[in-house]
Amino acid sequence: MLHDRDRIFKNIYGIHDTGVKGAMSRGDWDKTADLIKKGREWIVDEMKTSGLRGRGGAGFSTGMKWSFMPKESDGRPHYLVINADEGEPGTCKDREILRAEPQKLIEGALLASVGIGAHVSYVYIRGEFYREAEALQKAIDEAYAEGLIGKNACKSGYDFDMYIHMGAGAYICGEESALIESIEGKKGQPRLKPPFPANCGLYGCPTTVNNVESIAVVPEILRRGGSWFAGLGRENNAGTKLFCVSGNVNNPCTFEEEMGVPMKEMLEKHCGGIEGGWNNLKGVIPGGSSVPVMTKGQCDSALMDYDGLIEHGSGLGTAAVIVMDQSVDIVRAITRLSRFYMHESCGQCTPCREGTGWMWRMMERINEGNATIDEIDLLEDVTRRIEGHTICALGDAAAWPIQGLIKHFRGEMEAKILAKAGTKPAADAAE
Amino acid sequence: MPKLTIDGQEIEVDASMTVLQACEQAGVEIPRFCYHERLPLSGNCRMCLVEMERAPKPVASCCMPVGDGMVIHTNTDKVKKMREAVMEFLLINHPLDCPICDQGGECDLQDQAVGYGCGESRYKEEKRAVKDSYYGPLISTVMTRCIHCTRCVRFSSAIAGTSELGGTFRGEHLEIGTYVGNTIKSELSGNMIDLCPVGALTSLPYAFKARSWELKKTESIDVLDGLGAAIRVDARGGEVLRIVPRLNDDVNEEWLGDKSRFACDGLNRQRLDRPYVKKDGKLTPVSWDEAFAAIKAKVDGLDGSKIAALAGDLVDVEAMTALKDLLESLGSKNMDCRQEGSAMDPNVRASYIFNSTVSGIEEADAILIVGSNPRIESPVLNARIRKRYLDGGVKIGVVGPDADLTYKYEHIGADANALNDIASGSNAFADVLKGAEKPMIIVGAGALMRADGAAILAAAKAVADNCGLIKDGWNGFNVLQTSASRVGGLDIGFAPGEGGLDTQGILDACGDGKVEVLYLLGADGMEAAKLSDTFIIYQGHHGDSGAHLADVILPGAAYTEKNGTFVNTEGRVQRTSLAVFPPGAAKEDWAIIRALSGELGKTLPYDTLPDIRARMAEINSVFATTDEIQAAEWADFGTAGEINSKPLTSHIRNYYMTDPISRASETMAACTAELLGEGSETERTGTDG
Repeated sequence: MLHDRDRIFKNIYGIHDTGVKGAMSRGDWDKTADLIKKGREWIVDEMKTSGLRGRGGAGFSTGMKWSFMPKESDGRPHYLVINADEGEPGTCKDREILRAEPQKLIEGALLASVGIGAHVSYVYIRGEFYREAEALQKAIDEAYAEGLIGKNACKSGYDFDMYIHMGAGAYICGEESALIESIEGKKGQPRLKPPFPANCGLYGCPTTVNNVESIAVVPEILRRGGSWFAGLGRENNAGTKLFCVSGNVNNPCTFEEEMGVPMKEMLEKHCGGIEGGWNNLKGVIPGGSSVPVMTKGQCDSALMDYDGLIEHGSGLGTAAVIVMDQSVDIVRAITRLSRFYMHESCGQCTPCREGTGWMWRMMERINEGNATIDEIDLLEDVTRRIEGHTICALGDAAAWPIQGLIKHFRGEMEAKILAKAGTKPAADAAE
Repeated sequence: MPKLTIDGQEIEVDASMTVLQACEQAGVEIPRFCYHERLPLSGNCRMCLVEMERAPKPVASCCMPVGDGMVIHTNTDKVKKMREAVMEFLLINHPLDCPICDQGGECDLQDQAVGYGCGESRYKEEKRAVKDSYYGPLISTVMTRCIHCTRCVRFSSAIAGTSELGGTFRGEHLEIGTYVGNTIKSELSGNMIDLCPVGALTSLPYAFKARSWELKKTESIDVLDGLGAAIRVDARGGEVLRIVPRLNDDVNEEWLGDKSRFACDGLNRQRLDRPYVKKDGKLTPVSWDEAFAAIKAKVDGLDGSKIAALAGDLVDVEAMTALKDLLESLGSKNMDCRQEGSAMDPNVRASYIFNSTVSGIEEADAILIVGSNPRIESPVLNARIRKRYLDGGVKIGVVGPDADLTYKYEHIGADANALNDIASGSNAFADVLKGAEKPMIIVGAGALMRADGAAILAAAKAVADNCGLIKDGWNGFNVLQTSASRVGGLDIGFAPGEGGLDTQGILDACGDGKVEVLYLLGADGMEAAKLSDTFIIYQGHHGDSGAHLADVILPGAAYTEKNGTFVNTEGRVQRTSLAVFPPGAAKEDWAIIRALSGELGKTLPYDTLPDIRARMAEINSVFATTDEIQAAEWADFGTAGEINSKPLTSHIRNYYMTDPISRASETMAACTAELLGEGSETERTGTDG
């Protein structure tokens, strides 16, 4: 359980002053120049020590990612790109940071830029976050006015500029290379890797793309030391994290919690428990819509961190917990997710372009019972034919929810099919 | 050099290769749709996925750079399943209309479905249908068949440089198309048809004409511009139905300009298929004997100096050799193959060829284009310049028209006097050329056709001499010929002999009555006024402007109907092959002249094609071999003089109509009307079809 002394986001609900003065009163921008002067290597080492894993979903070590940037510039500028294209269904944590704690993001961007040798940072904000972009722009303007960023940021001698780029609301633009394409003014389609952005990213220059939350926690980590952060949570799953819980809980909310907290405890403490009590739980999607659903039995003992959820065949993703109780028609719910992925597929590579539509149509039929039992196996086979075969992870994201559904709730799918078959004339059913 | 293991076989490959290329080198076939060796990578079809040890996921071999110690598997069950999966995904929304698809028989999707597909469909949902778009008069679209490989998009943006295509919408609604419904205006658009692995883009003029397996395929050479691209002529019966490019890395890589590809319907229209003689002011069909007799009646006893000959743009070297020999035996030295009167020096080969060679463009690091718009004079060569431009590290300057060449350049000016400034070093581009390792100048044929052509040629030579364009192993002086017969004609010496008249001299002499007989060997576009009193023999294959002037017409063969020798702009000797026979009574051109020589009592000493080719080699040793480039000796040429400040322009205004064949082509007429907005008499209406 997280103690108040270890809380990073002290104003995540925006109760206090969200302006730069208020942020400074809570400890932001405290001796930032000293941190900058400790140099690039120190920053990267400290981030490695902290064990911070990227908060955007994939969970790759942030310090490690920064260390991939070229040590010496070959003449090309380095860029920090901050991914605020928060589009994963169920996720609403970056939004809160942009609204209420923008100074943490700006300070983090400055420190991260020092860590990767960048002097310019772009924040890619999804189009729907119009008010959030306004809030961040106001915060950036304030930071410039205070001399915190811009030329000679914080009087450290380091120049740093920050720009906002608004997207148009495509889910795929949250994929880092599609996001880079989109900033460049092209169609948001993921790029092939290699080359990785650290070698050839935005405008062909070395680029690091980080999630808003990953960047916003950087100042606190550097100020209190990587080992402080590493001391929270579990081995290899360090620190604190913003969780967003939605669905059938009494009090859906976004809150900061220590990694590795038991799911049951977390839901009961922060969200007032499941509607109708713990035993009314049917399943939980623990990390945003793209990870497989977990059954109640799994939720009983699951720990909320990367490894804890992988143990149960799911994943932490963005830590967006979608709770479904017994009243939920889970087949219909996953069908809806399936439609989402069909709609958001960029259409570039074959398995995803053709497969997401196929899967949705089959799900739709199964949901209505207009299918045969062996079509569930066909559906499973189609998901396996998409998974791992695409350019980016959207193919996997489209496949996993259905795989989770078939694995844990096949009975409900079969029941729908059998119920419909039972109502049909015998001749039709024999077909 | 990295070492890889591919299916258990160790292989060492170049470090710049991809896994797919390494597999090819190891003799392992990798199926692919989006990958094309001449296009930028995209990796979107996923057909080339292979297993790589220590990689968490299968890798797209077309995009994965090779690395030392990689272990690749392409023949495992997993790979087989992946390929079946991709084939299945591609086919679920692909219409089953192969029987009515023009791509049938040469379709990658068909072939790979047989080779790698699973043979049955498990898809029970409704198929997607996509509305067709209109791409113009050359490309037929059935966009429901599109598999979104984006080859056409990448061709348009990278090779053609026009960026006319792109994807709109996303997911399964992704559609490839032109922006806001435009037609495709690139001169290289036909190549998208070849690149399209399915029947989404097919040839509109060829639509539903034939099945690919019915066609007789003949390898030949294109003659509709000066490049001499390698082509394949596909014919059925006596009709050429389509022309497609062949691979020749030194010349056209695998591209072909739209005129060369689509003008073939002109081969069947307005043909001269029998001899004619003008009787009472009217051209009347006659037999060969009568036609020869009419010529004999005029020529017999006439002094050689009163006879002259001009050769046109599509004439093979064999015919020019025979005519030259015939004229000389009649005592005439009045002949010229530069029918437009250009100033190239027949005695110095380096003055009229593309010395750096076409593939040499890729080595050049500074290019000065003079009086030319290579994009319409030779679109494929222009694509080579663009390729060089995209590689970076080249500076391009233009003295001449400020046109969109698909790459950036410094426009120095339209006045040819800028050449003198560059030669003298007072223009800054001189330093660019001097500082370059392999600088080149490209002089357009149009610049040399002006009255001050000789002075421009001299100025261009001065640039070459003064700015270090001529080095050991590098000759940066180039003339971009636009006519297929020009270099061959100059090589064989179809030019005024000692005291003979050149084109201008001949035309003037015709006007004065000093020349009484003019032999037009495929030469069109002469000023009719000066020739009204001259006895004109027109030998050619189309009833174009030359034939209208004629007193006697001798029907010849077009380039698809004869085994002819042509020399391209870089001096490469190449041969066309007979794909179909000439129509009606028409004959191969050199044979007509050989027969005429017998009638005139000056029988030429060759009866067979090898005989006349031996004669050509005797005149100039370049004809002894084919497909080889012999470096031309650098010598003095051009006449220094006053250069008119009139702006330099390209001599080609309408790319689609430059010669009798393309002028006879309905397809080219449609292109002219629709793409250039010229010559359409009536507005198209919805019922035009």
